[in-house]
Amino acid sequence: MALILVLAAAAVAGLSGLPALLARGRPRLGQGCATALLVAASATGLLSAAWALVTGSAVALSGAWAVPGGSFSVSLDALSTWFLLPVFLVPGLGAIFGLQYWRQAEHAEAGGRVQFFYGVLAGGMVLLVVARNSVLFLVGWELMAVAAFFLVATDDVQAETREAAWVYLVATHLGTAALMALFALMRQASGSFDWTPLSAGSLPPAAAAAAFLLALIGFGLKAGLMPLHVWLPSAHASAPSHVSAVMSGVMIKMGLYGLVRVTSLLPAPPLWWGILLLALGALSGVIAAAAALAQHDLKRMLAFSSIENVGLITLGLGLALVGRSVHNAAWIVLGLGGALLHVLNHSLFKSLLFFGAGAVLHATATRRMDALGGLAAAMPVTLTAWLVGALAVSAVPGFNGLPGELMLYLGLFDVVRGGSPAVALVATACIGGLALTGALALASFVRALGAIFLGTARSPVAHAAHEPPGPMTAVLGLLGGLCLAAGLAPFLLAPALEQVVAGWAGAAARGGAAVLGDTAVRSGLGLLELAPLRTLGWAGLAVLVPVALGTAWFLRLAGRISARRTSTAGAALGTWDCGYADPSSPRLQYTSSSFAALLVGLFGWAVALRRSPAAAPAMFPAPWAFATAPIDRLLARLVVPFCQRTAGRCTRVRVLQQGVLHIYLLYILGVLLLGIVWATLSPWSRG
Amino acid sequence: MNTWRLVEGSLHLLLLLGLPPLLPGVINKTKALMAGRVGPPVLQGYYDLAKLFRKGMVFSRTTTWVFKAGPVVAWVTTVLAGLLVPLMHHAPPAAFAGDMVLLVYLLALGRFFMAAAALDTGSPFEGMGAAREVSYASLAEPALFLGFIAMAKLTGSLSLAGMFSGTLPEGWSGAAAALVLVTASWFIVLLAENSRIPFDDPNTHLELTMIHEVMVLDHSGPALGLIEHGAAMKLFIFGALVLDVLIPVTTGDPWLDWALLLAGVLLLAVLIGLVESSMARLRLNNIPKLLVAACLLALFGVILLMV
Repeated sequence: MALILVLAAAAVAGLSGLPALLARGRPRLGQGCATALLVAASATGLLSAAWALVTGSAVALSGAWAVPGGSFSVSLDALSTWFLLPVFLVPGLGAIFGLQYWRQAEHAEAGGRVQFFYGVLAGGMVLLVVARNSVLFLVGWELMAVAAFFLVATDDVQAETREAAWVYLVATHLGTAALMALFALMRQASGSFDWTPLSAGSLPPAAAAAAFLLALIGFGLKAGLMPLHVWLPSAHASAPSHVSAVMSGVMIKMGLYGLVRVTSLLPAPPLWWGILLLALGALSGVIAAAAALAQHDLKRMLAFSSIENVGLITLGLGLALVGRSVHNAAWIVLGLGGALLHVLNHSLFKSLLFFGAGAVLHATATRRMDALGGLAAAMPVTLTAWLVGALAVSAVPGFNGLPGELMLYLGLFDVVRGGSPAVALVATACIGGLALTGALALASFVRALGAIFLGTARSPVAHAAHEPPGPMTAVLGLLGGLCLAAGLAPFLLAPALEQVVAGWAGAAARGGAAVLGDTAVRSGLGLLELAPLRTLGWAGLAVLVPVALGTAWFLRLAGRISARRTSTAGAALGTWDCGYADPSSPRLQYTSSSFAALLVGLFGWAVALRRSPAAAPAMFPAPWAFATAPIDRLLARLVVPFCQRTAGRCTRVRVLQQGVLHIYLLYILGVLLLGIVWATLSPWSRG
Repeated sequence: MNTWRLVEGSLHLLLLLGLPPLLPGVINKTKALMAGRVGPPVLQGYYDLAKLFRKGMVFSRTTTWVFKAGPVVAWVTTVLAGLLVPLMHHAPPAAFAGDMVLLVYLLALGRFFMAAAALDTGSPFEGMGAAREVSYASLAEPALFLGFIAMAKLTGSLSLAGMFSGTLPEGWSGAAAALVLVTASWFIVLLAENSRIPFDDPNTHLELTMIHEVMVLDHSGPALGLIEHGAAMKLFIFGALVLDVLIPVTTGDPWLDWALLLAGVLLLAVLIGLVESSMARLRLNNIPKLLVAACLLALFGVILLMV
C-alpha cells in the first residue's frame, strides 16, 4: 500500500509541471496548479514513507517491462524509505517557497520549463530510490540529472550560468558512464540486472575492486566528493535558490544513496575500501570547509559547505565498511547510523540555509556577502531562521548537526581504542580532521552571519532590504522548527535508523560472508546503547532553556536600562569609536574576506585568493582599488590539467564526432551488430 | 552514597562558579612579584565583578539582540561545560560516552555567539578580534581532540570521567612519555584558548595584536561581568583538564582530595604567571605555528601509545 502510494506520488510529482507548461498564457494559474500538485504528492509520499518506516515492513513489487534487461522491480525497504523522507519534504517546501521567490509570471521565457523540470527532478529522485533494477534505476537517475541540467540553466542569459550548466552536464554524464560499467559488472556476477546481494564468490577480487571504484566515481561525482566536486559550487550558485535547496539538500544525497546501496550489495569489502572512504571523506571535509571560508558569494559558500558535509557522511560510510571488513558491529552502527542521521539532518539545515539565502537574494538582489550587512533590523525572522541553520551546521548542542557528528566521533574513538594500529592511526587522523572541519565550519558561518545580517549596511541595496512574503517566511520557520526538533529529540529516529543499518549489514550477511546478521546488530548493540542520543537531547534542553530564559531576562534588563538612559541622556549611542572618526562607517567594517584572511592563508595549498592588480601602488598612491577572487587549487592544479591533457589526447578521435544525427544512429547500429556478433561467437560471454 | 554525590556535585558547581575569579588575581600577583611590584590584590577579580554587576550598560544603536545574547550564551555554555569536566579525583556531575565531544562543542557554541556579538557592533576592531578568536580556536580544537584520543587509547574509556580516573596512574608508570606530551600540548591549548601570553596579552587594551579583549570592547556593566566571569571559568576548566592528566592520584580522603585540587589549580595559576613574566607575546603570524606544534605534540603522544 505504502509503495503504491509512493509510486503514485512520484508520478504526480513528476508530471506536476504540466499545467504550468500548458497554461503558459496564465502563469499564475499554472504555477498555482503545479505547486498544489507537487505539494499534494509530497505530503502523500511523506506520510506513506513515514508510515512504512514506523510499521517497518519492506514491500516489493516486480513487473515485466518491455525494455531489454529491465524489469519494473521496485521495493520500499528501510534504506529507501529513509532517503525518501528528504526527497519528498524538500521539493514540496521548495515549491511553496518558489511561489513568491520565483514567480512564473515574471519569467516568461523560462517559466513553464522550470516548473516542469522541477517536478521531473522530484519524481526522478523518488523513482531511483525505490528502483531495484539497474535499467529502472538509470531511468530515474537520468530523469533527475537532465532535469537538474535544465534547472541550473534557468538563467541562461548569463554566460556564467551557461558554463555552470555545461560543466554539470559533462560531470553527470561521466558519472552515468561509470555507473553503466558498474551495472554491467554487477550483471556479470549475478546474471540479471535486478539487484540482489551478490554472493561472496561471484565477483573475483579485481572485479569487486573495479566495481567499488566505479561506484565511487559514478556516485561520488553526483555527491560532490572531492576531487570530483568541480561542477558543484557553480551549479548550486547559479540555479534559483529554491532549486539550489533541492540540489544541495537532496540531489547530492542521491549519490550517497547509491554508494550506500551498492556497498550493501557487494560482498565482503576488503579493508582498503573503508580506509579509502575515510580518507576521502576527511579530506573533503577539511578542504571544502577551508574553501567555504574563501568564498565571496553566499551561495557558493553554502555549496562548499555541502561538499564538506558530504565528506563527513562519506567518512561515516567508510567507518561502517571498515566495521564490516573486520566484523565489528559497533563501528557499523555508529558509522552508518551517524552518516544516515547526518543525511537527514543536513537536508533539513542546508535547505533552510539555501532558502534563507534565497530570502536575502529576494530582498537585495545580490549574492556578494561583502555588499550586505545589517539586514537583521529589516529581516528579523530570516535572521533567526538562518541563525538556527548556521548553528546546526556548526554542530553545536541543541541543534541537529551534532547527533550525527557525535556518532561519527564515537565510532572513530572506538576504532582508536580497539582497532589495529594502522586503522587506529587513520581514525586518529580522521578525528583530527573532523575537529578541524567543525571549527572551520563554525568560522565560516559566523563570518557569513556577521557579514550578511549584523553590523551596518555596506551598500544601498542592503539598506532597502525587507522581510520576504508570508509563504517564504513560513517555509523558513517550518524548517527551523524541524532543525530544532531533530536536534532535541534525535533518539526518536533511532528505531528507524536501526532498521536501516540492520538492513544494510544484513543484506551483506545474506550475501554469503560471515558478516553480521540482522540479529547481531539488533540485539547486542542497539543504537541508543552505543550513542547517547537521549542524553544529547537532554543536553540540548539544558543549553537551550537557560540560554533562552537568560537572554530573555537580559534583554528585559537591557531594555529597562536603555529606556532610563534615553530619558536622561538623550539619543542612543553609537559603537565605541576608539578615537577614530567613524569606526561604524560601513567602509571601515571588517569584511567577510578580512575575517577569513588568517585561516585562508593557512590553507594556501588548497585554496587561495587571486588578487588583481597583484602589486600595491608605489609611493604617493592615487586612489586605488583591488579585487580578490577565490581559486580552487585542486581544480587548477589537478582537474583542469587532467581534462586538458585528456582533451588533447582525444583530438584524433574527434573525427567520429560529425554532429549529424544520422551518423550517430549508424554508430549505434554498428555497435549493436558488433555486440551481437561478439555474443554469438565468443563462448564465455553468454553468462 | 546518593547524598555524597549530591554534596560532591554541589561542591563542583560551587568551585566552578566561585573559584575562577581568583585565578587571574593569582596570575597578576605572580607577575607583579616577579617584576618587583606590589600589584593588585589577589581578590581583585571579585572586586571587578562586584563593580561591573552594579553598573549600567551601554548598547550601541547598531546592535541587535544577538549582541545582548552573546554574553549570556557564552556564560551558560561555559558553566555547562564545567559540569562535564572531572576535577582531579572527583567525577563530574554529568558523564556519558562522548561527553568530551559535547564539552568541545559547548565551548564552540559560546564562541559562535561571542564572535557574532562582536560582529554585531560593526566595529573594525571587534571584527578583527572575532576573526582571530575563531581562527586560533580552529587550530586549538584538533590538539584538544588528539589529547582525548591519547587518553581514550590509554584508559579504554570514551567519557571524561573514565579517562581521568581508574587506570590513569598506571598509565603514568607505563606511558609517561605520551602523557607528558599530552600535558604539554594541552598547556599550550590552555594558553591559547584563554588568550594568555604568548598568544595574547590580557593587560593591554586597544593593541591591534589582541584577541579576546578586543572582541568584547563594546560590552559594559553586567554583560562585561558575565564575559569576565565566563573567561575565568574557561581558564579553570582548561586548568582542570591539564591537572586531570598531570595529577591523577587520590589521597583516599575526599576532603584532602579537594584540598589537593585547590592547591593544584593555584599552582597552575602561578605557573601561568611565571610563563607570562618570562616571555613576550608572539608575533601574530607565529601563533598558528605554535598551535600546530601543540597538535603535533599530542599526535606524537598518540603514536607513542600505539606502538
